[in-house]
Amino acid sequence: MKIQVLGSGCQTCKKLYELTTQAIKELGLKEEVEYITDIQKIIEMGLMQSPVLAINGKPVMVGFLPDIEKIKKLISENQ
Amino acid sequence: MDIFFPLQQLADYLSFSLLKLSAKSHLGQAVNFFIYDSLKIFILLLLINFIMAWIRHFLPTEKIRDFLTKRRWYGLDNFFASIFGVITPFCSCSSIPLFIGFLSAGIPLGVTLSFLITSPLVNEASIAIFIGIFGLKITLLYILSGVVVGIVSGFILGKMGLEKEIDESLRKIIENSKNNKATIKIKKEPWRILLKKFWSEGWDLTKKIFPYVLIGVGLGALIHGYVPVGFFEKYLKNSSWWSVPLATILAIPLYSNAVGVIPVVQALVAKGVPLGTALSFMMATVGLSLPEALILKRAMKIKLLVLFFSTVAIGIILIGYLFNYFL
Repeated sequence: MKIQVLGSGCQTCKKLYELTTQAIKELGLKEEVEYITDIQKIIEMGLMQSPVLAINGKPVMVGFLPDIEKIKKLISENQ
Repeated sequence: MDIFFPLQQLADYLSFSLLKLSAKSHLGQAVNFFIYDSLKIFILLLLINFIMAWIRHFLPTEKIRDFLTKRRWYGLDNFFASIFGVITPFCSCSSIPLFIGFLSAGIPLGVTLSFLITSPLVNEASIAIFIGIFGLKITLLYILSGVVVGIVSGFILGKMGLEKEIDESLRKIIENSKNNKATIKIKKEPWRILLKKFWSEGWDLTKKIFPYVLIGVGLGALIHGYVPVGFFEKYLKNSSWWSVPLATILAIPLYSNAVGVIPVVQALVAKGVPLGTALSFMMATVGLSLPEALILKRAMKIKLLVLFFSTVAIGIILIGYLFNYFL
């Protein structure tokens, strides 16, 4: 599973990256969370908001900072 | 009857019966005001955030971009962009991707700027608090003002031929993304699940904003309870012409979301600050903030950035004058 957090480098995006890393740990998974600040990558997905949480290249959450429980749920649903 | 009447009764009960404060004391008035306003705004925020989650689901910014690119609207483009700016929630972290996304889809710079200007000026949270604090009529006037500032500033900037003033590296990204046809599809889900999703999103957002509301209402309550009526009139009434630009400039270094500022501004208005001056101050804290400028600096060369901010500033000042002289 490939997990990415894409953002424009803002505070909210960094927070999402931290929460996602923690969520992975709490789920007992070994995956690395990739943190991408290249805006072009967001545009290539056809999106215009940040931050983005993408699993296997597919955006599952856009422009929103959820709490850690939601992130865990998204990860287990899209595995 | 006022639909918030039960809340007033609850607030009266809590502050005067339960806490045994005197309704005539400063403290009693401040506490009563604090309880009533916080409850009212909480309910309005929850409701509006729920509705907004709904709108966002069916009308994400990506769809708005597609709407604006499919047709030329002959001058109405700025109007639509500005309206969309109102209904989309604004996060400064999205302004750069939005900027690139709009431009690479072929939306003109001026129209893109109309969206970028209105989006922070008028958003769902500020609407909720505005209704709670100033009532419906002033809220509508406020929305209208924000939209007009967005339309006019975007239109003027669009006519200035500033495309060359976009940051070089971003222009490259925009060029590279021009052929990108990726669009998003709205997932079909049963209503029951959708409603639950909207509700939890609305709840999450409200939870996040509410602490700032409490701080704002708290400060507002202190002013309501302790500052004598007409206090500011002494200082501001005879100096009206420069008070609007001054309020606008003072607001720039103050980084705050509208959420915390509105209750304070209302308290100031109640104590004699002219409404237009107060509105200019509030619009400037959200529309002309320094952190926002630093983010946009990555997308715009200095000339565009300065023109962008001065046009918006002039718009905000004019709105302030209009409110002061006609209300």
